[in-house]
Amino acid sequence: MAEKVLMKGNEALAEAAIAAGCRHYFGYPITPQTEVAAYFAKRMPKIGGTFLQAESEIAAINMVLGVAAAGLRAMTSSSSPGISLKGEGISYIAGSDLPCLIVNVERGGPGLGGIQPSQSDYFQATRGGGHGDYHCLVLAPGSVQEMADFAFHGFELADRYRMPVMLLADGTLGQMMEPVSLDYGEPVTVEKPWATNGTRMQRKHNICNSLFLQPEELERENIRRYQRYEEIKKNEARAVSYEMDDAEICIVAFGIASRVALNAMHAARAQGKKVGLIRPTTVWPFPSQALAEAAQRCKAFVCVELSMGQMIEDVELSIRCKRPVVLCNRVGGVIPSPQEVLAAIEKAEKLGGETL
Amino acid sequence: MIVFQKPKALADCELHYCPGCTHGIIHRLVAECIDELGVEGRTVGVAPVGCSVFAYNYFNCDMVEAAHGRAPAVATGLKRAYPDNIVFTYQGDGDLAAIGTAETVHSAARGENITVIFVNNAIYGMTGGQMAPTTMPGQVTQTSPYGRDTSAVGWPVRVCEMLSQVDGAAYLERVAVNSVQHVRAAKKAIKKAFTYQTEGKGFSLVEVLSICPTNWGMTPQKALEWVDTNMIPYYPLGVYKDKYAQEAAK
Repeated sequence: MAEKVLMKGNEALAEAAIAAGCRHYFGYPITPQTEVAAYFAKRMPKIGGTFLQAESEIAAINMVLGVAAAGLRAMTSSSSPGISLKGEGISYIAGSDLPCLIVNVERGGPGLGGIQPSQSDYFQATRGGGHGDYHCLVLAPGSVQEMADFAFHGFELADRYRMPVMLLADGTLGQMMEPVSLDYGEPVTVEKPWATNGTRMQRKHNICNSLFLQPEELERENIRRYQRYEEIKKNEARAVSYEMDDAEICIVAFGIASRVALNAMHAARAQGKKVGLIRPTTVWPFPSQALAEAAQRCKAFVCVELSMGQMIEDVELSIRCKRPVVLCNRVGGVIPSPQEVLAAIEKAEKLGGETL
Repeated sequence: MIVFQKPKALADCELHYCPGCTHGIIHRLVAECIDELGVEGRTVGVAPVGCSVFAYNYFNCDMVEAAHGRAPAVATGLKRAYPDNIVFTYQGDGDLAAIGTAETVHSAARGENITVIFVNNAIYGMTGGQMAPTTMPGQVTQTSPYGRDTSAVGWPVRVCEMLSQVDGAAYLERVAVNSVQHVRAAKKAIKKAFTYQTEGKGFSLVEVLSICPTNWGMTPQKALEWVDTNMIPYYPLGVYKDKYAQEAAK
């Protein structure tokens, strides 16, 4: 058993990225993720890595693009408004089939919004966020340990599928401290014969590009990318289930919302209610299969999220609207209490009773 | 004996540029410098958005296509990944001096050890001839149909002069390619910029006054003359900064 250390989520993910072999970080200060940059600023010079505070979020993501094109592991992190600025670069990275890690420690929006935790970038994260047909593979950690683990494995997923991977966290997960183990061993790496790191006069030149002016060619590129996405949907959709064996009410929640939901689930169980929880740890691909199976046994769902109701659309799609879904949400940086989730469970019981 | 041939760093393919365009000359000069320094195998170029977007097909070294204006940021990443590689960007005036101003200024401020080839033809070419930050006062374009009105849209940006105030920049020179004499001087400047990079001397930028007969609505000959009569008076040729020559002279 490896030794555990007490760390903030933002710092744990940074250390895990280093363990994954990432030696290039580019960022820009924004609350509540600035600890990521501060941690790299301290660590990178000691291990021969690059920490660079860019002139903008736009420049930072394009620096990531440059390192990724050269075939090395690179990452950036930001919070919601900064991720919007990175949208252009993320689209180019996806369009050029480049691997990298992007961390979004979400805060409330829209606009400048607030600096407290939020999950209101769900659509932006899971639908691409920039222009064009593309996805990021989006990981949703629910603890400081997962902030680290998902950052480490995120690089492997990015390399394997040649695409941007996003760690979708929130202000609470970034700021809170928990004991973590960072004993990862050697990261899995892949050959990158496509990298633009100099031909050494040994091969034809590589071109890293997202421009295809011939419509048929661009269509082919999109179709090819979406075939890869189908593979990812099959292989990488993940969720953790709690007390689902006999559950009649299924809560769906990820990230910090799932921590509150878990407390509410235990409280409901103590009252004799058969309540379970499905916690997606990937939100693209969304673990639709797990929810579809739950819909065969459960009479109603409760979707707990820190947005006006974004993931609920994926929940309803996954279960093909066969069961009622109650939204339990707070926004603007407010986190729902377990009592609010319990009230939503009661509402779901009533609705579920009516439909069955 | 072969006395003149295509540079090896230039791909053996047809360029898409309009008749009379000077991009071909500038491509050739860059390729000649890569050849002469023997660095093709460790050179990575960054193409812009603009007329020279397809530059990634024309150079035999590895190439990356950047988003509009972001070439210096992408080049920063490429260089930080492999500091021994030679990294250059090839950018037009809209790309470098409008949408990419921040990336230009800050890569210079950081003293990023890259070379920027800045092609200034006073217009957005690829999109069909709109006003650029470098468009001359009174110049007619699609988006300044009555001529650039400085009282409404301001004055052209002089990039070399602006960057000369940035401490991190090592070498800045403005050249032109509208005559044989100018082309020879341009070659010398580009060679120096690449040489500085091989010596780890930091950020270098060569601004090349270029022509756009198609969108200027001129014959190539007239366009070449227009550089002398209209552009050079506003954009004087010469070295705007040479950190190492200045230090050596002290």
